[in-house]
Amino acid sequence: MITKRIIPCLDVKNGRVVKGVNFEGLGDVASPVELAKFYSDCGADELVFYDITASAEGRKLFTDILCELARSVFIPLTVGGGINTLEDFDRVLKCGADKVSVNSGAIRNLSLIGEAAKRYGDQCVVLSADIKRVDGVFRVFAKGGRENTGMEAIEWIKRGVDNGAGEIVVNSIDTDGVKGGFDIEMLEAVCNAVSVPVIASGGAGCIDHFTELFGALPKVDAGLAASIFHFGEVKIEDLKKELKKNNIPVRL
Amino acid sequence: MVALVDYGVGNLFSLVSSLAAVGADAVVTSDAKVLRDADKIILPGVGAFGDAAAKLRATGLDSVIKEEAAKGKPLLGICLGMQMLLRKSYEYGEHEGLGLIKGEIRPISEVIPSDYKIPHIGWNALNFTENKSPLFKYINEGDHVYFVHSFYGTNCAESTIATAEYGAPLTAAVAKDNVMGCQFHPEKSGNVGLAILKAFCEE
Repeated sequence: MITKRIIPCLDVKNGRVVKGVNFEGLGDVASPVELAKFYSDCGADELVFYDITASAEGRKLFTDILCELARSVFIPLTVGGGINTLEDFDRVLKCGADKVSVNSGAIRNLSLIGEAAKRYGDQCVVLSADIKRVDGVFRVFAKGGRENTGMEAIEWIKRGVDNGAGEIVVNSIDTDGVKGGFDIEMLEAVCNAVSVPVIASGGAGCIDHFTELFGALPKVDAGLAASIFHFGEVKIEDLKKELKKNNIPVRL
Repeated sequence: MVALVDYGVGNLFSLVSSLAAVGADAVVTSDAKVLRDADKIILPGVGAFGDAAAKLRATGLDSVIKEEAAKGKPLLGICLGMQMLLRKSYEYGEHEGLGLIKGEIRPISEVIPSDYKIPHIGWNALNFTENKSPLFKYINEGDHVYFVHSFYGTNCAESTIATAEYGAPLTAAVAKDNVMGCQFHPEKSGNVGLAILKAFCEE
């Protein structure tokens, strides 16, 4: 039976992990390589790295680090941030990424998804969508959630899948950072609209939120979170044990 | 020395890294002589069967691989590389494989329930067949490995050494004497995957 995936997400800027990270026994908590190894040893099923660097130097540093990381961590790696062209896909895939996540780049140019899927396969292309309710309608936001594109989110995601996106990350702006639980309503709408794997993001604050997510929506394939893992509020081993206790299939 | 066949299909970065991690001396090559000199051969592959099989034939390495396998040299196919060990694939048409293992490749949609997602992607547990393969000497039944595929090997029961349950028992690994194949990605399956690669390198 396929297991539910638990995915820590790391934001990387100028070669360092940003957002506070607080772990005992980890020498350099801002080193993406050390943190990736740590998570992999703890049972993370996959890792997501977002490059939030703005400069070309930072980008180069990011790919160098990705190469180093991919030499020592042997679980699937997804890379996002600043992916606008096929050359961007090529750059990170050559460094050991398995999947590439597109967001604003696909909003600017939808054909990016199709071209990348054709060259690297659907399984390689992840469409990440930042979604927020505006007057009761799910809308897609661009530029890190700052700009309302006006597009209806479910239609956008369907178009992404029709064009070749092999997986969807649903990041609810409404629940993100609130730590009150995942956005079950939004995720359900997406799960009912597409048949590719759906990754839930935004809102996880404790172990129970994951149990609630997979219990309420068996169609959701994975839960993604950042700060609760980084701050050690939720330990991945504990989370997976608890999920198992609730008959949710996990890799232990 | 382990030779990784480079025929322009897929990215070998992770495979090279994981072989290095288990202490294997690996070389990426498209040179027939290097394949003949190697102690072991790994045939990787991602993408569409027809395209990959055509590329392999275009390099002429298909016959070298067959010759070396016939001599008893350990050969491991990974993902699409495993599928190519079989006789035939029905992925978008009909394509000839290497025919080293009896069986064929068909869409998983033919055997799994319609509400299961395709591709079969993620971590799934290995169920061993009766005789535990030497490839699994360092791992246990029920250990999880990482899959990404929409097609699977069928009519290959006599060579199947492991399956994974996804609404139906899907062929996860095959072996016939010195010829072996994994449908999953050992290079992306954490310590379990590394242990499988280590076992192969010790064959």
